[in-house]
Amino acid sequence: MALDSKIPHGPISDKWTNYKDHINLVNPANKRNLDIIVVGTGLAGGSAAATLAELGYNVKAFCFQDSPRRAHSIAAQGGINAAKNYKGDGDSVYRLFYDTVKGGDYRAREANVHRLAEVSTNIIDQCVAQGVPLAREYGGLLDNRSFGGTLVSRTFYAQGQTGQQLLLGAYSAMNRQIGRGKIKMYNRHEMLDLVIVDGKARGIIARNLVTGEIERHSAHAVVIGSGGYGNVFFLSTNAMGSNATAAWKIHKKGAFFANPCYTQIHPTCIPVSGDHQSKLTLMSESLRNDGRIWVPAKLEDAKAIREGKKKATDLAEEDRDYFLERRYPAFGNLVPRDVASRAAKERCDAGFGVNKTGEAVYLDFAAAIKRYGTEEAYVKGLDANDAALVTKLGAEIVKSKYGNLFQMYYKIVDEDPYTTPMMIYPAVHYTMGGTWVDYNLMTTIPGCFSIGESNFSDHGANRLGASALMQGLADGYFVLPYTIGDYLAPDIKMGPISTDLPEFAEAEKNVKDQIDRFINNKGTHSVDYFHKKLGKIMWNKVGMARNEKGLNEAIEEIAALREEFYKEVKVPGTANGLNQELEKATRVADFLELGELFAKDALHRNESCGGHFREEYQTEEGEALRDDENFAYVAAWEYKGKPSDAVLHKEPLVYENIKLVQRSYK
Amino acid sequence: MKLTLKIWRQKNAQDKGAIVEYPIDGIEPDMSFLEMLDVLNDQLINKGDEPVAFDHDCREGICGMCSLFINGEAHGPDRGVTTCQLHMRMFKDGDTIFIEPFRAKAFPVIKDLVVDRSSFDRIQHAGGFISVNTSGNTIDANTIPIDKHDADKAFDAAACIGCGACVATCKNSSAMLFVSAKVSQYALLPQGKVEAVDRVLNMVHQMDLEGFGNCTNTGACEIECPKGISLENIARMNREYLAASLKG
Amino acid sequence: MAQSALLNASILKKVAMALSGLFLITFLALHVSLNLISVFSENVFNEASHFMGYNPLIQFVMQPVLAFGVIFHFVMGFVLTIQNRNARPIGYAKYNGAANASWTSRNMIISGLVILAFLGLHFYDFWFPEIGYKYVAGTAPDATRYYGELVHKFHDPIRTGLYCVSFILLGLHLWHGFSSSLQSMGMHNKYSRFLSKVGYGYAVVVPALFVIIALFHHFNN
Repeated sequence: MALDSKIPHGPISDKWTNYKDHINLVNPANKRNLDIIVVGTGLAGGSAAATLAELGYNVKAFCFQDSPRRAHSIAAQGGINAAKNYKGDGDSVYRLFYDTVKGGDYRAREANVHRLAEVSTNIIDQCVAQGVPLAREYGGLLDNRSFGGTLVSRTFYAQGQTGQQLLLGAYSAMNRQIGRGKIKMYNRHEMLDLVIVDGKARGIIARNLVTGEIERHSAHAVVIGSGGYGNVFFLSTNAMGSNATAAWKIHKKGAFFANPCYTQIHPTCIPVSGDHQSKLTLMSESLRNDGRIWVPAKLEDAKAIREGKKKATDLAEEDRDYFLERRYPAFGNLVPRDVASRAAKERCDAGFGVNKTGEAVYLDFAAAIKRYGTEEAYVKGLDANDAALVTKLGAEIVKSKYGNLFQMYYKIVDEDPYTTPMMIYPAVHYTMGGTWVDYNLMTTIPGCFSIGESNFSDHGANRLGASALMQGLADGYFVLPYTIGDYLAPDIKMGPISTDLPEFAEAEKNVKDQIDRFINNKGTHSVDYFHKKLGKIMWNKVGMARNEKGLNEAIEEIAALREEFYKEVKVPGTANGLNQELEKATRVADFLELGELFAKDALHRNESCGGHFREEYQTEEGEALRDDENFAYVAAWEYKGKPSDAVLHKEPLVYENIKLVQRSYK
Repeated sequence: MKLTLKIWRQKNAQDKGAIVEYPIDGIEPDMSFLEMLDVLNDQLINKGDEPVAFDHDCREGICGMCSLFINGEAHGPDRGVTTCQLHMRMFKDGDTIFIEPFRAKAFPVIKDLVVDRSSFDRIQHAGGFISVNTSGNTIDANTIPIDKHDADKAFDAAACIGCGACVATCKNSSAMLFVSAKVSQYALLPQGKVEAVDRVLNMVHQMDLEGFGNCTNTGACEIECPKGISLENIARMNREYLAASLKG
Repeated sequence: MAQSALLNASILKKVAMALSGLFLITFLALHVSLNLISVFSENVFNEASHFMGYNPLIQFVMQPVLAFGVIFHFVMGFVLTIQNRNARPIGYAKYNGAANASWTSRNMIISGLVILAFLGLHFYDFWFPEIGYKYVAGTAPDATRYYGELVHKFHDPIRTGLYCVSFILLGLHLWHGFSSSLQSMGMHNKYSRFLSKVGYGYAVVVPALFVIIALFHHFNN
């Protein structure tokens, strides 16, 4: 099957407008006769459900949490990009488009990214109209901040809780439609399979997580907005419940899975403190604006620190290695996420890690405190040579900028970051890969759409800061509502779809069989035992730096672990009623397959780009070496029974508007 | 650390439920409270028992999914944190810790420590929104300047994570802090003023229908709220409600 | 929205509670001023009491209003308390209420019940005899009897003690009640913060005066 991305013809800036002008529309009266299932209620799913219901479709929305408001989009801190150019600093749709493609290391689809940049401005208007309290200046107008990888100030924000506020905006739009009966909300429900009738997606099988009932739900189209698969690493900044099941189930039913190996590893997370660790906490990238990253220059110092015999503050300036400043004099501590993460890992692997697990580097604010303090002393006409006063003044400034992050760090680590350097380590944060979709956001299964983080389309091999929120809302508010109409137009006379069709019965039976198998398995280990093992394999061999040998080993190990999982997993309790271990088991089962495909994809991509770094493919200075000649394509995998048999389909990436160049941060 | 846990166990909504005692050892001060429960659950599973069900998701204090009434306080003894951000260093070796579900008629127990907070959602359905369609043709976001102080106050109110600690901690199981946070957010913004009258009447009406208690201004909610939502919001809602009743 | 729903609305009940409370607070000010006169002048006290007892406006308009205020305040107090109890059918095994709210704010029903019990005693002491005197027995007005009756009542140390304890509870009730009523009516700003402070002063001064007056008459006679 050849992949058809269905990119409209014409100049890039006209594609979306022309497309909208010529698609099929469904008249309002007919929309009432069409049902749409939306799985996931984050920024993408929530905004899509609300908008589709406003248009008149009957929407059934599903989330595994107890309320749509809890989707993990809520945890996004930094902001949302939009090409508003309110600052007059030369921003434009083209620049946002260009930055996103470049930031993605030239592995994103041009037409999609341009459309994203076009609708970005509508998002801000829409959110403000909904009452989202974005940050403002004293003049009452919206404020912007700048974010990594760009030269303009285009990021809108709401303190450090932008994701929360945008999600609550989408949630409020959903609430309005739920109140009107246009959205039927299914909380605490998990989609466990897709139902395909005559080649088209026509429904899902879902488990009511409270009663344990397996339910059939039909619709004329199914939209998956279930987020990313970062939890395949067990430890990530994702929520505990974040899972790939919906995305993986559609993959197994025929949706191609694209670029699974593109994973974003975020450099500024709080390090793992022990084996009990259940998740990792991200701290905003903005900390790198003022913090200096270092490790001890001597191995014996690092060892002494790990053993608690020395403290960071005991080390003299010449005994510290500011490795980012040393390696990247031009960008220093502000190199992109992937570069900073790899450099930290390199130092820790060499034995310079500074916490008891040896997997942490320092992020030091002492210099910033001194710099700000001195400045402040001059401004206030105080004695700039008084060290204690300077420290006090400087700490106040740092507190005003990063107070909430420092507080969060203090609560978790129990160390005061004002007086002793923070410890940080990279953690899995976002997955750029996902279900392959065409320009209409439709997967390779007709009638099955994928939006937000769960699709692959807009971020290429690396996502820029403040772009995830933009993409989720763009897909849900402004793209899908058009493209789905084009697809549904022929179905207006179809009438409701019966859930008594044999396809539903068969899918339901498969789901029930899987659940029974878990419940009746008399294994010896809990689900987490396997999940942690999978995470270790992924992190060690398919993590920040990958090589052929490790990837081959990972593929074998994951396959073996999967086999062991089915033999030895122990799921207590019954299937009738709330059973959180059973929920975990169905999710981990899918991660165990996805992980293998992930490694397989990483193995096949013989280049380094963005979030995918192959040790064999680097420049002499240790930087990512792209191979545009052979790998400027989307790798879309077709499921064939098991991950190792997956078949590769290539969608060539054609760059008509942007010239491909090597990224350099020296 | 060695601890004695006294945990509410209840098979399902119909079951009567009771406190069950679990001794636990080897807890490290660096663990979060929920990681301590993970350890307990792993032990229970290995013994062949059913693990303790509890709600949790983001484990960074923003999703509002985790709950738990720990030693007589919502989200435990620390301030300004959710249960997932509570660390075991807040406890001492040898402590006995009571762990109970959030209790209110409007938050029925589903299982063990998991409660049904859909009453909160229904209050939001009644009016927690501004009626604007997603057309992409709304006016430019900067057309209406908004006083920064109002915008900041609206944000502070909007920071509510809907966890239900206010209800759980209130001796009357009142949901006033939760409802007033949403009413305030919109009351403070020009976009929200158009529907202000209907919004406050409808949301309070739904709140009353759900069986929450009345506010007696003890202020416990504000102190236990992990996001520090202010009592000022309740006063604002009272004002809005009075004005709306007189008008309507 | 239906009118009946409005009347049942939790917030309006609380506003009614606040208004009746504020009304009773004003009445207390009047009452304590009258009592205070008894400390300084027997004659003026008798005159003032006689005026209050026989002025038709006070007797037939203000007195019923007051009675309604009192009854409304405590009946509504009970209704709200019962509703609030019902809002949590299964209680906590461990509830640390002191961690986040003051004793007075959590126990308005207790201080209220004590005040109610005191009212019973007070009516038994003064109001019932007064009604009996004036309206049942139809005795002729006597403008000089009030001070003597007052002093007589404070002769008994147990009664004086009960009065004093009740006044302390009244103080606790007022301590939370005043600022709470402002909040219930939607006031929460720098003015209400100032008024609350005035309220705290009131909650101390007025009951203290009642106590002093009671002790004064107990020990003075």
